[in-house]
Amino acid sequence: MNVLEFSEARKAEIADLVTKYPNKQAVLLPALHLAQAEFGYVSDEVIHLVAKTLDVAPSLVQEVATFYSLYNRKPVGDYIIQVCQTLSCALRGAESVIRYLEGKLNVHLGETTADGKFTLVAVECLASCGTAPMFQVTARDYSLNAYYENLTEKRIDEILDELRKRPVRQAAQMTPLTTHSLGGH
Amino acid sequence: MADAPRILLDFLDDDRSWTLESYRKRGGYKALEKALKMEPVQIMEEVKASGLRGRGGAGFPTGMKWSFLAKNDRPKYLVCNADEGEPGTFKDRLLLERDPHKLIEGMIISAFSLGSKKSYVYLRHEFELGFQRMEQAVNEAEAAGLLGDNILGTGFSHHLVNHRGAGAYICGEETGLIESLEGKKGQPRNKPPFPAIQGVFNDPTVVNNVESLAVVPWLINNGGAAYKAVGTEKSPGTKLFSVSGHVKKPGVYEVPLGYPLMDLIDKECGGMLDGMSLKCCIPGGSSVPVLTAEECARANLDYESMNALGTFLGSGGVIVIGEGTCVVDMLANLSRFYAHESCGQCTPCRDGTNWIHKVVDRIEKGGGRRQDLADLLDLSDNIMGKTICALGDAAAMPVIAFIQKYRHEFEEHIEKGRCPYKPEYAVAHAAAGR
Ligand SMILES: Cc1cc2nc3c(=O)[nH]c(=O)nc-3n(C[C@H](O)[C@H](O)[C@H](O)COP(=O)(O)O)c2cc1C
Ligand code: SF4
Ligand code: FES
Repeated sequence: MNVLEFSEARKAEIADLVTKYPNKQAVLLPALHLAQAEFGYVSDEVIHLVAKTLDVAPSLVQEVATFYSLYNRKPVGDYIIQVCQTLSCALRGAESVIRYLEGKLNVHLGETTADGKFTLVAVECLASCGTAPMFQVTARDYSLNAYYENLTEKRIDEILDELRKRPVRQAAQMTPLTTHSLGGH
Repeated sequence: MADAPRILLDFLDDDRSWTLESYRKRGGYKALEKALKMEPVQIMEEVKASGLRGRGGAGFPTGMKWSFLAKNDRPKYLVCNADEGEPGTFKDRLLLERDPHKLIEGMIISAFSLGSKKSYVYLRHEFELGFQRMEQAVNEAEAAGLLGDNILGTGFSHHLVNHRGAGAYICGEETGLIESLEGKKGQPRNKPPFPAIQGVFNDPTVVNNVESLAVVPWLINNGGAAYKAVGTEKSPGTKLFSVSGHVKKPGVYEVPLGYPLMDLIDKECGGMLDGMSLKCCIPGGSSVPVLTAEECARANLDYESMNALGTFLGSGGVIVIGEGTCVVDMLANLSRFYAHESCGQCTPCRDGTNWIHKVVDRIEKGGGRRQDLADLLDLSDNIMGKTICALGDAAAMPVIAFIQKYRHEFEEHIEKGRCPYKPEYAVAHAAAGR
């Protein structure tokens, strides 16, 4: 019982990806990204849809979606702010950046602001160690996925202001999670 | 480094260096024309003669790796490792964003030598700009007849696919990468069989780092011997070093192997931040043992000199640390990283990295016990050499080195029941919250 469907454009995108690999499973990671961009997060229903699309077992899709840190298994804000907290950034003030954002946004790490605009998380090294401190901002619909480097408090204020003005496509309607249960879940 | 050749960073002055036009101006794709007229085995001989060693971390000779590729009728794959996740390392990102055609030319030449019709570039998903630039460069190269079917009318065809990951350090390990490319969890495989015999999609595969492959066009243009003439006898050529931490000018620098570490810090990077003196340095990415300031003073940046000091050149991620930084805090940060990134399939690594993080974090927060240091060394010992992949060792080595070289600082934390360093110097180790 699949209630979700990919748009025709997404279906074409996935079909095109499939031609680049010897089998369909190899498209699983890219397909999960496309699904996340379309539906906002990787719900159990999204897992079933991706499994059906690629002819693989839902339990496999679930394993993969859980293994990788960039798939959100729960709803997130319009923008996910991912502050690098690993050593090189820590040496150059990552903790102050996190404290500052927590204060500005009135959230703790891992939380989403009350208006649903921002989710704040700490992540590991993003290969931007020479321009620390830094964060990456990913829009829920992937319309933005950018590094912001050499951060200062002033720069963070500017970035937040820009993002507040920038719209993000609302995630395609998701029905409440009711009937599905996944093996081993 | 005025006298050493710029083999990789010849694009820094060009503000549109990622375009085919810019790359052609710098002599781009001349090596491909030349290579396609050579015998595939001749290309491999040049790579062997150059003495090039893999720049992904392990330093395995590239030409030798190629020669292990199974000789049978199966399809052959070339896979470029662009997952760059080793803390302190950001050189591959620079190449992907600023000079994608160099990598692509290197890959086509390598693929021709290996008899491969298909290659994948495995990019970490976070590299949005790098991915866009690579896609654009692939399109340009295809439109110009440099990539795709019947390249430059020679009858050789090769297709290159940019493939994106989904956030997992372990996918930088080559068999974890292969699993991930197949659409699975990125859990490293038991070896043998090695990828050269049974790699991606069960076919013979060569996995090489971005920097290793980007060197190949220069080797074809100038010959392996010219490369061998740079650097040291056993560590030939130049290498990219990513420098981060407490220096005035962090960044990516290209220097000949054998270059003194202190020159890199003082000359290329303009020295330490104002008012700071050097405390220690992690020279090869976060996974290698730390060097004290005194050791740094006699360290040269080549594989052998680093080994002589009990550490490794690794990925060339040089993390420079000033006095006033707490080493326990640093180790708490790194041990959190490894606990988070362990893929979980070997018990010593999965449980050991979590225990190590718990204990180091407790010491830093003032709850250390007398027994902790012995326990940490035991835990590390139980990981070393007892796991499927090298992440286990990478997690354990820093623990051993930090405790051996800075035992008194750990003891001071335990005796005082607090971190003796001023809070403003504290390293962040906020709870991961994804
Ligand atoms: C935990 C772990 C992470 C690694 N991460 C990377 C990486 O991000 N990039 C890379 O090129 N090699 C990485 N490596 C090394 C690869 O396994 C492999 O040796 C390398 O890609 C081979 O390329 P090379 O011979 O050109 O160096 C990693 C190894 C381990 C054990
Ligand atoms: S050593 Fe750690 S990361 Fe490597 S395979 Fe084992 S559990 Fe996974
Ligand atoms: S440590 Fe933050 S980007 Fe590398």
